[in-house]
Amino acid sequence: MIRLQDVTRVYSTGETAVHALAGVNLDIGGGEFVAIMGQSGSGKSTLMNIIGLLDRPSSGGYAFGGRDVSQLSEDARARLRGSAFGFVFQSYNLLPRMTALEQVELPLIYQGAADRKRRAAQALVRVGLKDRITHLPTELSGGEQQRVAIARSLVVNPLVLLADEPTGALDTATEHELMTLLSELVDQQGLTVVLVTHEAEVAAYARRTVRMRDGRIVEDSGAPLVAAAPDGPAR
Amino acid sequence: MSPLDAFRIALRAIFANRLRSALTSLGLIIGVSSVIVLIAVGQGTQRGVTDQIRGLGTDLIFIESSAEATTSQTGALAGLEQSTLVQGDAAAIAADGIPGVVAVAARVAVDAQAVAGANNVGAQIVSTSSGYAEVRDLAIRSGSFITPLHDEDGALVAVLGARVADTLYEGLDPIGQEVRLSFVGGRITLGFVVIGVLEEQGGASEANDQVFVPLSGTAGRLRFLYTPAGDLRVTQIDVQTASGADEQRVKEDVTELLLLLHETPEPDFVIQSQDDLISAATEVSNTLSILLGSIAGISLLVGGIGVMNIMLVSVTERTREIGIRRAVGATAGDIVKQFVTEALTLSLFGGIVGIAIGVGTSFALDGRELGGQEMTTLIQPWSIAMAFLVAAGVGFASGSYPAYRATTVDPIAALRNE
Repeated sequence: MIRLQDVTRVYSTGETAVHALAGVNLDIGGGEFVAIMGQSGSGKSTLMNIIGLLDRPSSGGYAFGGRDVSQLSEDARARLRGSAFGFVFQSYNLLPRMTALEQVELPLIYQGAADRKRRAAQALVRVGLKDRITHLPTELSGGEQQRVAIARSLVVNPLVLLADEPTGALDTATEHELMTLLSELVDQQGLTVVLVTHEAEVAAYARRTVRMRDGRIVEDSGAPLVAAAPDGPAR
Repeated sequence: MSPLDAFRIALRAIFANRLRSALTSLGLIIGVSSVIVLIAVGQGTQRGVTDQIRGLGTDLIFIESSAEATTSQTGALAGLEQSTLVQGDAAAIAADGIPGVVAVAARVAVDAQAVAGANNVGAQIVSTSSGYAEVRDLAIRSGSFITPLHDEDGALVAVLGARVADTLYEGLDPIGQEVRLSFVGGRITLGFVVIGVLEEQGGASEANDQVFVPLSGTAGRLRFLYTPAGDLRVTQIDVQTASGADEQRVKEDVTELLLLLHETPEPDFVIQSQDDLISAATEVSNTLSILLGSIAGISLLVGGIGVMNIMLVSVTERTREIGIRRAVGATAGDIVKQFVTEALTLSLFGGIVGIAIGVGTSFALDGRELGGQEMTTLIQPWSIAMAFLVAAGVGFASGSYPAYRATTVDPIAALRNE
């Protein structure tokens, strides 16, 4: 589903060029649960941004679902991003003064989708927030806010969920609940999850671990046989 | 994203910052309402002045000495001594048989002090003849105006303007009472018997502050009114034309006659019809309207800059929000739509409230006394339409640039922004 070939990403900050990614090759199949690990500055977040079409590679190829997406226009990337990817960040990135339901409705507004309220409510039920639908972010715990963020990324039925340190701000018990939820989404609904973290305990929930250092992949536990499903949408 | 969704998002952002939104709109509210009010005042003033000129009578042509015309009303005496118009001119115009001329009335206007008992008031003394009331459409409240008999016998009688009578006699009946008129700084004082009082004249009519006396009566007693050749100087000659007469033609004929009488190639007098005065006054008040409108326009512009300023601040503040929206699928176009809609909503709200306040204020000001003058306001539909369009334009313009700036927000940086 995701195929990166010799991807580099160079940031030029004044005179010096920073090689955030220095030639990455990575294949991720549908229904995989991959953890990308590494120190700060290892390039793992850059990699995630490129996978999620938030950023473009400086060189190299990126095929998503068998289609070259490295040359897409800004608007085409925005549309594909909105329909195929869900994002979850350490900071929950909820908008203030919006109820949980409204937060989850947001991607549907930009898709021009019908039946928004019902679909948003369903997504909130899926992440176990049936009783928090009309709550504002300030009225929710950290774990609950992150669930709202997950519901928001799931509401468009994405193929891939990208999670960047999703439990970084949570206590251990909540972390466990959340990671269990992600595992269930992979197992029961065939979602592909790419998790960026620097904590081994969090990475342990994933089925495959990719280690990065200095913009390169230094270790890849490889796709388990069970998840080596053929490419293509798993919806 | 549908326009309705864009509008909902805009309303949410506007209500999230109620005070700021209100203050932003306030700039436009003040701008729009002042455009409407000032244009209404300008146009109302124009209407007031035209009405006043029409109120002088109908189909009138005024002849004034060039010297008099350049002298202020209070300095009338100084002007009078240089006046080249004489009573004989009026008689000649009446006798010449110029087609279209119905009546001719000469007048001498001098400032004087009117005294009755312990009261006194400054008034303009108009020495004229019995025909003047008809020429100037002056209605009588009590008694009578100067009669043809007074024109002949040189009696010292006076007809008081409404305000002069009210000030001097404080509600008592002035008919038959004596009023003393003191000319040239008190050097000449004459006693007159009051024979009539005028109705209060509408608007800012000068007749309310005038005293009318027969030219025949005063002329013999005021030596300074005579030219060395023995002609009686006058300050103004009013010529009434037949309704429908060619005023331009009458003006030319009268001018020709006066040039002949005064033995001068260039006119030493100014001849103007009521229409001339109206178009001169209209020109002045149009200039005034443009000036007032421009000042208001500047405040509207400042209001628009305020909207743009707030939208720019808003984009900077909402970097994270923009990043989140981009991350969940908003295109650059969606973001532009959102910010333009927001600016447009703020501006149109300001525009509509401004129109309501402007129209309300114009109505409230209409007929109010301001500095002794009665205000007239005339609301112009085109000024409302213009103000509304400007508000919409301001909204669109001041939303576009910040909206463009919003699309340059890097979603990644925005999302990492804690």
